[in-house]
Amino acid sequence: MAGMVQTTVRSKLSLTGLNMTFGHGNEVVDVLENIDLEVREGEFICLLGPSGCGKSTLLNIVGGFLKPSSGEVVIDGEPVRGPDPRRIFVFQERGVFPWLTVEGNIGFGLFRLSRQEKARRIAHYVELVGLQGFERAYPHELSGGMKQRVEVARALAVNPDMLFLDEPFGALDSITRLEMRRELLRIWRAERKTILFVTHDIEESVQLADRVVVMSTRPARIRNIMEINIPHPRDISSRRYLDLRDSIFEQIGLAHKI
Amino acid sequence: MKRWEAYTLPLLATVALLLLWHWSVIWTHTSVFPRPVDVQRGVIELFSKGLLWGYTRDSLYRVGVGYGAAVLLGIPMGLVLGWYPTAAQTTNPVIQILRPISPLAWIPVSVLWFGVTDAAAIFLIFLASLFPIVLATMDGVHGAPGMFVDAGRNFGLSTPALLSRVVFPAALPRIIIGLRIALGVAWLVVVAAEMIAVDSGLGYLIIDSRNAGKRYHLVIAGMLLIGVIGLCLDTGIRQLEKFKFLRWGFYHE
Repeated sequence: MAGMVQTTVRSKLSLTGLNMTFGHGNEVVDVLENIDLEVREGEFICLLGPSGCGKSTLLNIVGGFLKPSSGEVVIDGEPVRGPDPRRIFVFQERGVFPWLTVEGNIGFGLFRLSRQEKARRIAHYVELVGLQGFERAYPHELSGGMKQRVEVARALAVNPDMLFLDEPFGALDSITRLEMRRELLRIWRAERKTILFVTHDIEESVQLADRVVVMSTRPARIRNIMEINIPHPRDISSRRYLDLRDSIFEQIGLAHKI
Repeated sequence: MKRWEAYTLPLLATVALLLLWHWSVIWTHTSVFPRPVDVQRGVIELFSKGLLWGYTRDSLYRVGVGYGAAVLLGIPMGLVLGWYPTAAQTTNPVIQILRPISPLAWIPVSVLWFGVTDAAAIFLIFLASLFPIVLATMDGVHGAPGMFVDAGRNFGLSTPALLSRVVFPAALPRIIIGLRIALGVAWLVVVAAEMIAVDSGLGYLIIDSRNAGKRYHLVIAGMLLIGVIGLCLDTGIRQLEKFKFLRWGFYHE
């Protein structure tokens, strides 16, 4: 189709009519119901929903680790058939390999590269996530936030075009969590990946995402998709931010008074 | 426990036991069972005749070869059996029947196949160490967190690469526990094997000292040496836990 002008931003990921049930016979649990979603290249999407609603299941399906009961997952025009190094899943910080050093973890996926290229890549990502001086340290010698950085760096090092993050900062203390969000946004701007980020934290989703996909309780359906059109860095005491946050609170049916 | 107690109390217990032993021999007027001083004389006698070093070396050599072969075969076997459920189901009946058979029950078969040779003893040690290693490795594979395996697959690893780069290191702490158990068993079995299947080594020393003139001071000396060497082997293999890439499996900071 040479010469044709592309007028819209390319669709990176599209989910159509996705359903997921677990179990057999009488003990069937519906987890996902009729999920449709289009994600543009380079977009930062938050999947927001209560714990146990099925948003992690959705991420695992998109990542190729689970097959949906019905429906289709298409990335770059190709149906997803399994995990793929072009799209890396980031777990909570427990996903770092405890038997490898920081260097070893970051270089884990670089087995196809020459030694020099591998060393160069590792050095670059050690610096990007601010772990200089800890290259030879083992995960048990690092804090939770540092382990999370290692995992993000390990994912980025193979130069994927998508990142799937499953409540990555859930196990961190609130101060570290704020720092990690800022870091992630900085990295996202520098590397321009398409990001799918699962969270149950409303504030987190409004701080990070271009669009927040608000999901219902189980079986998870898409309740609403909120466009967060606030430029970064976002002022989290601005009227606009608070309005968007509060409208999500209302959609989920929570009064924000304790 | 205070620092001085940590050394003094075990020392006192040992001295008390030696005294009890010494006086028991004297009180019972036994002419066969040796006193501690006789055993000490036995150790010196073995040492000066050069038997001590030769027998210890023979025993360690047999354990080294039999146990070494069990490690080299057992770990890959355990990885495959742990990874492929069909392989485990297929071999399960055989494993479950062979496992409870004491390695000592294999002595006649081993002598039949290999004669009174080093190979007979080595085979027994190999057999005795193989099962704990295979079972511990399988257990380690089953216990490897799914998250690590998923991460490995995500980076595009082939199955052999996944087994060697993710499943094996994830299972390694449990494998090492199996290696430690197997080494203990191997050291138990070498003594028994040497009593029957060969004519050198610490097991042979014991049985030969008894048969050739009831020299019980040498029997007890041999026993103590077996104990000390066994302790050294166990202490040695425990050092593995201190490697930095393994600490996560043994210490929880």
